Parts: sequence; C-alpha cells; structure tokens
Amino acid sequence: MSAADFTGFASLFPNETVTHSYVQDIPLPAAPGAESPGTFALVTLDNGLDHGKPTTLGPNTLVELGTVLEGLRDRAARGEITGVGVTGKPYYLVAGADLSAVKSLEEREHGLHMAQLGHDVYATLANLGVPSFAFINGTALGGGLEIALQSTYRTVSTGAGALALPEALLGLVPGWGGVYLLPRLVGPENAVKVMIENPLSNNRTLSGPQAFDLGIADALFEPADFLEQSLAWAAKVISGELVPERANAVDPSHPDTAGRWAAAVAAGRKFVESKTSNAAPAPGKVLDLMEANRTMNQSESAAVECETLAGLMQTDEFRATVYAFLDLVQKRSKRPAGAPDRKLARPITKVGVVGAGLMAGQLALLFARQLKVPVVLTDIDQARVDKGVGYVHGEVDKLLAKKRISADAANRTKALVSGSVSKAAFTDADFVIEAVFEELSVKKQVFAELEAVVSADCILATNTSSLSVTAMAEDLQHPERLVGFHFFNPVAVMPLLEIVRAPRTDVAVLATAFELAKTLKKTGVLVKDAAAFVVNRILLRLMGEVTAAFDEGTPADAADSALKPMGLPMSPFTLLAMVGLPVAQHVQESLNTAFGDRFPVSANLHKLIDNGVKGLWETGPDGSVAIPDSTLSLMSFGTSPSTAGQVLRRTQDALAEEIGLMLDEGVVAGPEDIDLCMILGAGWPMFLGGITPYLDRVGASERVNGKRFLPPGVASGPAAG
Amino acid sequence: MSHTGSGAPRRTVRDVVFVDGLRTPFGRAGEKGIHAGTRADDLIVKCIRELLRRNPSLPPERVDEVAIAATTQTGDQGLTLGRTAALLAGLPRTVPGFAVDRMCAGAMTAVTSTAGGIGFGAYDVVIAGGVEHMGNHPMGSGADPNPRFMSERLVDPAALNMGNTAENLHDRFPAITKQRSDAYAVASQDKLAAAYREGRILPDLVPVAGRKPGQGWTVHSVDEPPRPGTTISDLAGLRTPFRAHGRVTAGNSAGLNDGATAAVLASGEAAAELGLPVKMRLVSYAYAGVEPEVMGIGPVPATEKALQNAGLTIGDIGLFEINEAFAVQVLSFLDHFGIADDDPRVNRYGGAIAVGHPLASSGVRLMTQLARQFEEDPSVRYGITAMCVGLGMGGTVIWENPHHADYSGGTGTAGTATTAPAAVQTEGATA
Repeated sequence: MSAADFTGFASLFPNETVTHSYVQDIPLPAAPGAESPGTFALVTLDNGLDHGKPTTLGPNTLVELGTVLEGLRDRAARGEITGVGVTGKPYYLVAGADLSAVKSLEEREHGLHMAQLGHDVYATLANLGVPSFAFINGTALGGGLEIALQSTYRTVSTGAGALALPEALLGLVPGWGGVYLLPRLVGPENAVKVMIENPLSNNRTLSGPQAFDLGIADALFEPADFLEQSLAWAAKVISGELVPERANAVDPSHPDTAGRWAAAVAAGRKFVESKTSNAAPAPGKVLDLMEANRTMNQSESAAVECETLAGLMQTDEFRATVYAFLDLVQKRSKRPAGAPDRKLARPITKVGVVGAGLMAGQLALLFARQLKVPVVLTDIDQARVDKGVGYVHGEVDKLLAKKRISADAANRTKALVSGSVSKAAFTDADFVIEAVFEELSVKKQVFAELEAVVSADCILATNTSSLSVTAMAEDLQHPERLVGFHFFNPVAVMPLLEIVRAPRTDVAVLATAFELAKTLKKTGVLVKDAAAFVVNRILLRLMGEVTAAFDEGTPADAADSALKPMGLPMSPFTLLAMVGLPVAQHVQESLNTAFGDRFPVSANLHKLIDNGVKGLWETGPDGSVAIPDSTLSLMSFGTSPSTAGQVLRRTQDALAEEIGLMLDEGVVAGPEDIDLCMILGAGWPMFLGGITPYLDRVGASERVNGKRFLPPGVASGPAAG
Repeated sequence: MSHTGSGAPRRTVRDVVFVDGLRTPFGRAGEKGIHAGTRADDLIVKCIRELLRRNPSLPPERVDEVAIAATTQTGDQGLTLGRTAALLAGLPRTVPGFAVDRMCAGAMTAVTSTAGGIGFGAYDVVIAGGVEHMGNHPMGSGADPNPRFMSERLVDPAALNMGNTAENLHDRFPAITKQRSDAYAVASQDKLAAAYREGRILPDLVPVAGRKPGQGWTVHSVDEPPRPGTTISDLAGLRTPFRAHGRVTAGNSAGLNDGATAAVLASGEAAAELGLPVKMRLVSYAYAGVEPEVMGIGPVPATEKALQNAGLTIGDIGLFEINEAFAVQVLSFLDHFGIADDDPRVNRYGGAIAVGHPLASSGVRLMTQLARQFEEDPSVRYGITAMCVGLGMGGTVIWENPHHADYSGGTGTAGTATTAPAAVQTEGATA
C-alpha cells in the first residue's frame, strides 16, 4: 500500500492541524581526502505554529509524511540521495498521535485504518534503501518517539525534554512498532521501564541524556549546534567512518534472551497489578504484545499491533483517559470554570499563617518558595513558633541537600519565613491563612483577632477541610474578605486547591485566590461552600460505604478489595489509615451532621480510635497482612455480609447519588470539575475519567439518577445507533 | 608597615600567537539569505564551539577573555556580546567577555586589544572574533550622527556613506579606472573559486543550521555571496548606485552580508604548555586615521606605522590579506606601495568582493586565510592583514610565519592547519 491509499480516510479529518513534512537537500561533508558521502535529505516536521502548539500526528499529517518518504525512497533508488533524516521544529520532534482525532474514531475499522496508516508510513521510513536518521531535537512522545525507533540511527539533544512512550497510561499500546523495536534496541528490562513503569509513575518521561544512556539514541549532542553535529555524525556513519555500537541491544533469537524477556514481562505485570489492580486493559496489552513478539518478525508483530490498537481505541477506558488528559488536565485546569477576571486580582506581598503545626509549616514553605514574599507564622507560645519555623528551615535544608535548590535560594527562602507569638506581625500582610484546629469556635476566634490587626484589604483564608466557611464569616466585620483555600496533603505534591466561595465572598478576593493558586503552581477549582467540598465528601462517602459493609459483617478482605475493579491508588482501609482514623472520623461526623445517614458514623471506628489503633491492616513478622485479633476483638459486627460485587455496586451507586446531589446543590460548575478534583486531589486514575465517566460506564448514574453525567461521546463511545 | 622596593615584578612582553581561526559561511543579507532567521549571537556561538572542538587540548576554563565585535550592538548583537556568547557557547561561567566596536575592523580590534593583554601578561589564552548580521542590522540603523558633523563641516555628510567615499577615492586617484576596479573584482571571484576547488576554504568553515517558515531545517556549509565565473562584461553594465556615471558598482564592492568569525590567541608559553598549534606570531599592529571622505586609503598610513613599529619595510612582506570593501581601496593601497594589481602575494584566495564582508567579522577571516597561506608557503616570513574602516581609519597587523626557516618565535610548535573538523568527539558520540 502507499500513503495515498489512505487519502479517503484522512479526508474524514478536515479540521486536523496538519504537521507538514518539509524536505531540504543537504550535501554531506567529505572526510579529508575522501569522496563526498553524497546528498542527505532532511525532513522537518513542522505545523507552522509556535512552540505553544506541539506538532502531532493526525491522519493527514501521516499521509503527507508517507508520500514524502515514498518520494525519497524513489530518489534513493535512483542514487540521488545517500541518507534521510527526520527532525522537528524547535523543542519538538513530534508530541505523538493527534489524540483528539484518534478519540473521535467512531468505528473499529477507522481505528484499524489509523493504526495501519502509521505502520505503512513508518515501514517506508524503515525501508528507504538508504539509512534513515532521527535527530531528536526535543519532545518525542508515543508515535513521535516511534518515528525515531523506526529510523536506522538516532541522535538526541541534551536539551530534549520529554521522551516517552506514554500509551499504557493513555489506554493504548506503542503499536506503531515501538513495542517490537524498543526491547530489541535497549533490552527487555529497559523496554518495560519505558513502556510500563514510566507511564504508570505519574507519566514520567526521559531526558535526552537518559534516553542516550538507555541506548535509545546512538549519539548525544548539545542544543547549541545539535543539528550541525548530528548531520556531521550522520555523514560519518554513511561513509562508514563510524559504526555505532549498541551495548544494550539484544537478539531475541539468542537462547539467553528468552529468559530475560519472560522475566521482564513478568516484572512488568507485577508492576501493573500494583499500580492499577489490572483495572485498565492497556498496560496488560502492552505486555501481551511484547511477550508474543519475541518470536515474531516485524510485519507479523505489526498486524497484531494494529488489531490491538483498533480494539483499544474503541474502549471507554481510552476515551475516558483522553477526556481526563486533554479536556481536563491540559485544558480545564488552566481555565478554571467560574474564576473571575484575573485583572481583578490584588498583589500579595506578604503572607500570614496562623498556627505553626505541620500543615501550617507546609503552607509557609509553599508560599515562601513559590510566591517569594515574607511569610509569618504565629502560634500561642514561642516554643510552638520556633518549632514551626524550624520545620520550614529544616525542609529547606533538605531541598538544599538534595540539590533541588541552590544555596542562595535556600538562604532566601529561609529568610522569608519568620515567626511571632503576636498577630500584630500580620499588620502589613495581604493574605492570612489559618491552619488551626478544625473547630468552628476556634476558627471564629482566630478570625476575630485577625480583623483587629490586619489592614482593610487583607484577605483572610481558611484551610478547613470540613467546616462551613459561611459560618466562619458570620461575625466578621468584613465577611466579603474570607475565602476557603483547601490544600491536599502532602501540600508540596498534590496539585489540587479547592477554592471555596462563601455567599458573601468578594469577586476581587476570589480573583486573587485563583491568581495565587496559579503562582503556587496549583490547579484551583471553584467550589461552593458545602460540607467537605468535593474530594473529601466523595472519599468519605466511599469509605463510609465500605466501612458500613464491613461493620455489617462483610469479611474484611471482601470489603476492602471490593473496589479493585476501579483501580484506585489505594484500598479504602489503607486510605483510612493514611488519613488517620481520628481525622477521618472527625470529617465523617461533620458530614453526618450536614447530610445525615448517607455518612454513617461507625461505632467500631470510635472504639478503635479510643484504643489508639492506627489502622486495620497490620503486617505480621512473616510478612502476611491481616487485621490483628486484638483489633477485631474491639469491634462488633452485624450478620448481613455482602459479597465484594455487592460492595462495589453499592459504592458505585452511593458515588452516583452523592455526585448527583452535589451537582444539584451547585457545589461545582459541572461533572468535569468533580472529575478534575478526583484526578488532581485524590490521584484517581484517568481511565476512570476521574469518576463520572466510570459511573456512566457501569450504569450507576442511570440506576440512581436516571441519567448520565456526561453525554455519550464526551468521555465514552458515541451514542449507540 | 612599609613597602621597601619589593613591589610587583617588572613585566616583560610576551609572544602572542595565533592558534586557530574559523568562521561561519557568509550569507547574503536579507530575507532570502542563508542566515535570515538565524540570530547573530548564535552565529558567533557556533564559531566558538567549533574552535573548542578543533582544539581539544585547550581546557575551556583556561580561556581568559572572550572579545567579540559587532558594529551595531543592539538586539541579537547587544547585551555585551563577548559575555553572552561565552555563556551561550557553554564556556565556564568563570570566563569573562566583552564587546568591541571599530566598525569593519571590529574583529581585528578584538584580536589586537586582547593580544595587547596577552603581551602584557594579563591573559594566557583568549577568543577574539566578530559578527555582523546585516540582514538583522542594516548599516547605520539606529545611528544618530551628531549634527555638529554637518554644521561645523567636521565630516562631509557624504562620508557616512561608504560607497560615496569609494567614488571619492576614484576622484583622488584618476589612474584607478572603473576598468581596473572591475578587472580586480573579476580576479577576486576567480581566485576564490580556485581556492574553493583546491580545498582551502571549507576546512575553516563551521556549518550553520537554518530554518525558514514553510521550508524546514537545512545546514549551510558554503558561502552564499560568491559569483564564480563572473566576467568583465558581466560587470561592465552594472548600475553605479552612488553616483550617476560613477565607477563603484555592486560588482566591484563587497556586498551586504551576514556572518561571524572567531580565533584563539595565546601567549607563546601558554601555547607550548597546552600543546596548541602556532599558526602565526604577531609582529606588530597599528591603526591610523585619514580623512573620513576617503576612508578607503586608511590601510596605507596604518601599514606604514605597523611596518615602522616592526622595523620592517614593505619589501619584507610576502603575503597580503587586504579586506576588499571596494576594489578601488585595494588598488589605491597597491599603487601606493608599487605593487601590481595582479601581484600573486595579494589576496591569494580572493577577497571580500567575492566572499562577502559582514562588517565587524572580517578581520579574523583575513587572519585565518593568512595562516593557511603561511602553512602552504614556508618561504614567506612575514605577511600582513589590513583593512579600511568607516569614518576614515585603517588597521594593519603584521604576522610572522612559524613555518619559515628563520622563524623568531622561541616557543610553541609550528601549527598545522587542520584540514577538517577535528576527529575527536567532545560529546558522547558513540554508544
């Protein structure tokens, strides 16, 4: 076939931002006294837009690239060129397949066409009749990195940012030859690292030097003259002056390889199980392909890759991931729904933190590092203040020791953070946030004291996780200055910030809060003042269901493993222990007060807390995990056990009910914000789409609310018929 | 506490040697030129990096100064080029740098002023060069000549236009006809074409990548301005843009160009210590002022002064690399010293009329070419590089050939010009 055979298919995508393939002929430099190595054809992939708009591979792009490469193949046959190179516009080789195009493929056959088109084009690249070179000048993701893998040789820039095969995370497989070529090039262990471990570890990517060390690239050059040096290197390879060695490459037919290959796949499967509970199909498919292709030739593997891709493209897990990844994390998080005009935001030149405990310390560190303004901690006595400031200084020293910051930056950050036993230190602060005990009267007292000292414009913020911001504002002289600013633990890591608007919160205060979130490198989501806001309300509803099932007599293992098909980052009981039983119980009580029996307060948990039990599961000396008898003896259980399947369904329904109510109450602008919060605040997987696409998928939304959260096609397949 | 005569030791003047020089391919200024879309500072950075690659025995931290010239020091030629170029080239942050301006003699001045520092003992090793992106910075752009030049008749306003000064030179020396200028220009093209054929130019060029909208990346490794095969009759009909029925045309002048050059200089001791090649030894240099209206005559007094400083006569000079801003300006120099228009000692590889003249960069091009000619011709002991400078100046540097039997330099080894970029890979090239 030729790329032109796919023109009809490509015409289904009239709105694609096409990445063009521009060709330039370059005479290669000759070695001293030697014949010229001939003419080199360099293909530049360029969508003509600035570097804010990554180049991607859509159907029209691939047809153009394929047609160009076929022309070069013909020129090579005529002896006009001796080598072909592919590089990209500044900062990108290619950022991968055009996901919005792929997501819109409504029929399996179209997915198959897309997969075959890529293979057709890449096969041309791999069989030009002359050596092909990828000059990896920048980001090379997915199909972008596969262009490089399909080339005969690769150079990479030390300045290249993100190199990765993220397909396993996105719900696909590196099925344009990556899954076949990579283990052969860098060894099966490294291939599993790149195709499985990195994508499933917060979508980790490789730098240019890391890719070179793994053996993905044959040569490494600095950005200042990357292309010139790459071309000079290519000339030497073409003339035979230089033969790259590939220390990590393996021959799959070698007798020793089979064992390594199988072990690497097995290790990969274990990793997938630990990260996803095998709740998503794609990572397992990557390993299936790799396992099978050891004894295949490349075209046999290509056929299986195409079928696998076509199948995965039709899965709701893939569509939910693209929704989560593109629509939410990349787009919606940057333009928060309901955020006021940023021009209304006021500058923040000094920050106050009330309280000097662990949370206060984390907040002070974040403000000092990101905002780079003076931060004052206060507490009731000097010892507490000293401890709080000491904590921040200690954390700065740790960052310095890990070389995450320079000595000067460490000095600056430490100097910014000071402490005081008097709130008078806040007189010139623009923003004061409290992180004191979760008790309404305490918080009201703090804010009353603050209003006595702070300036008229000073914004007051609460980091409460479950109390009413409205109630806190009630007795303030200026209730319009109070806003909820709810961080997630650990503050330095979790990207979500729930920005809580109370009924009287001023629009300029809100605008400032959103600008502040951006400066702190957090994603602000606007939420209405309702008990526990979004993330904690959903997490506690979930934990409440599982705890209730356990209390009713469901075996602990059945209860706690019931949600495995959702692939959440940790089981409910593990989460409970991590949050801390007393904290969880405290929030649950608030929610029970606010919403009643939907949030039952477990008498068993009370007993455990009273007896200082820190969690249910304990690891025994032999490594086995169980709930100790000493814990069980404190608890009493009912006689109506559920199966794991029943617990799962009950939890799905509870979540659908709760989210339906939250949307009715107007807690957030829409289900998209619920999903964004769960992804960024609780680390819920993208293949669930956050949560509402999953609830739609399993029918819970229809069962409980009689309707879906999202229309068909947004995060799922198109409407049937 | 009193100082009783045990102060700093008296300085002795040290030998200054030219270790290596190279340049980017020169381009035609303007949107269609090869360097359109490429930054001036990036051009000089390519040169510095290639110098370090070609001289792997030079530890980058041993570079004591980076002096880079540009005539228009704004935009991509602003921000103290020597320092920014050093940082962008990846030199250690401990290496300082500065920017130089003497219009066309910028790179020459970067060399001579740092050479002075080497001779005095302030530096062991320096990088000196120049860049002019005349596409990004048209000649005179942003300049604001003092009105006193005109009101007090300090300088004829016409002297601010170099083409006019060339016509003025034809007026002053009626024996230099348009025909002689055109013949000289054709010879320049022929000599450059021959030098290209004989492999004398490419070894000292560093390739430069360029990218234009809708065309993709390419890599430029040859000069764009040359017009090999130009004939006298091709030139005869060209316009004389500076004066009706004048003599100065685009054919017998250097063009408007983009390009950069750079060189490594060292003390004789440092070159020996570091195992750096010695391609030339600095003998003397001089700058001189002339009437701005005939700035092209500048090299004459500059050369006389430099010869006098060196205790040499024009007869001692075996090779001349004179910048060809205009044919008339070279011919006036040759006439003054009684040298024939086609003397084989003069501009053996052709000159700026053929290869181009990115103002502040050209001085080091002359030196790089003289160094290669020294190696090719050990019978020559002394050579000069000379150029005229806007607003009425000239600059001349006299060099000694270390390959000559009577070479006076005591230290270092006579260098062999590299015939290709060094084979040593400085960045992890092979897995």
